[in-house]
Amino acid sequence: MLIKKPSDIKSSEITDKKLYLNRRQFMAAAGAIAAETALPGLFAPPSPAYAGEKLPGVQKSPLSTAEPANSFKDITTYNNYYEFGTDKYSPAVNAKSLKPRPWTVAVEGEIKKPKLYDIDELTKLSSLEERIYRLRCIEGWSMVIPWVGFPLSALVKRVEPTAKAKYVELTTLADPKQMSGLRSSVLDWPYLEGLRIDEAAHPLTLLGVGLYGEVLPNQNGAPIRLVVPWKYGFKSIKSIVRIRFVEQQPVNTWMKSAPHEYGFYSNVNPRVDHPRWSQARERRIGEFFKRETLMFNGYADQVAQLYAGMDLRKYF
Amino acid sequence: MMNFELKIAKALVFAACFIPLGLLVRDGYTGNLGANPIEVVTRSTGTWTLIFLLITLTVTPLRKLSGWNGLIKFRRMLGLFAFFYVCLHFTTYIWLDQFFDFAAIVKDVAKRPFITVGFASFVLLIPLAVTSTGGMVRRLGKRWQQLHRLIYLVAIGGVVHYWWLVKADLRLPLIYGAILAALLGYRLFRAWAPQLWVGVRPQAPAAIPGNGFGK
Repeated sequence: MLIKKPSDIKSSEITDKKLYLNRRQFMAAAGAIAAETALPGLFAPPSPAYAGEKLPGVQKSPLSTAEPANSFKDITTYNNYYEFGTDKYSPAVNAKSLKPRPWTVAVEGEIKKPKLYDIDELTKLSSLEERIYRLRCIEGWSMVIPWVGFPLSALVKRVEPTAKAKYVELTTLADPKQMSGLRSSVLDWPYLEGLRIDEAAHPLTLLGVGLYGEVLPNQNGAPIRLVVPWKYGFKSIKSIVRIRFVEQQPVNTWMKSAPHEYGFYSNVNPRVDHPRWSQARERRIGEFFKRETLMFNGYADQVAQLYAGMDLRKYF
Repeated sequence: MMNFELKIAKALVFAACFIPLGLLVRDGYTGNLGANPIEVVTRSTGTWTLIFLLITLTVTPLRKLSGWNGLIKFRRMLGLFAFFYVCLHFTTYIWLDQFFDFAAIVKDVAKRPFITVGFASFVLLIPLAVTSTGGMVRRLGKRWQQLHRLIYLVAIGGVVHYWWLVKADLRLPLIYGAILAALLGYRLFRAWAPQLWVGVRPQAPAAIPGNGFGK
């Protein structure tokens, strides 16, 4: 006979997870204060690591747009992140299984100072800034997103690229245990992207770690992602585990998937259509009417000189 | 003469065919269509057009395999619902996607193969909807059946339209394509391999009393 044994602990007596975590934070903070008192300056407070935690000391940036930003809900529920499913509503649900800590980023290749960075060390290379950027997806929709991050150029300078470093190749995590979308072979995993080194060092190019002043949600590419606002969204690779400096132009994942449709540069350009649809206009999420797409997504003044003399129809 | 049960069944099927639209309207009204509602409406009406085309094409094989001839009485309604949903789909496109910019629409239809195919399929469906009345069936006689074979082309066009618009994930278009291939394959098999059906099917299809819809 099966006798159901009552639980020893009433549910009302179980400490709420939030309080429990707060207690951990309190203990860590108390420890840090104690250590700080004994050895001033040695211990920094623990870095915020999980989505929803506020990022401290975020500076405003003159590079931000004054356009109204999309809502946190729109930005975090409408995502292209094929590692968590191919429709735009899946990543918000499926990305819960991604573990953004502990996390390392291997920085390697044609550089003098290769290093396996811990994520918390990497994010301290430069002070964090809020950058409100337009994002234009190759599918024909756009958003305005208040990212938090630091310029990729800070890392480029730090690692001292050699003369051979012509391109930067970035790779997303590919762990089937954390990423349910890897079970299907819609793309050639791991997801890979690349920039020319001058694009990587451009002041607009950001390594994003946050959104709306908080730690980046998983579906938006936690713990660290690229943000290149003048290129179609797929160039802004998410959840980066490797940054490699190389001599040859990398073959990015979408280019590998359909080379006549997705190029290496993929600069936003209303005059060069995707072979299957027009890029002349876009639907800004939240707006009813479509708007004209701007050259380089409205960043032509800052980036057009990078492509001076290039045939942008050929190098699409 | 329609009997009472058939009337009830038709009313139920009719109401059920509005469920996809009803859910869409409800989600729109309660703000549950996500960040890009117009995209959801476009996708959903397109998907339901394809589904109704495939259901319509399932009627004949199902009737022949099951021997349940009453199914034929639902075919016209199902086909007209495919037309209903494609009209919503097309309206979404010319209104909410192109905002009646007819120059842009003409360019789009001419330049983008997936829109060309989708538009052609929509246009081909119009004469079928127009000639779906009992009077038209009688008036056109044998030609009615020939005309309505266009549905095969329309369905192929619909699947190709879907196939050509997805970026990389071909799984859903493949499923629709496989179902359509099975439904059309069944018809080819019956038309071209009658010898294999000796004893199952007479050489000439028997007329079904009480309907003029042919096969």
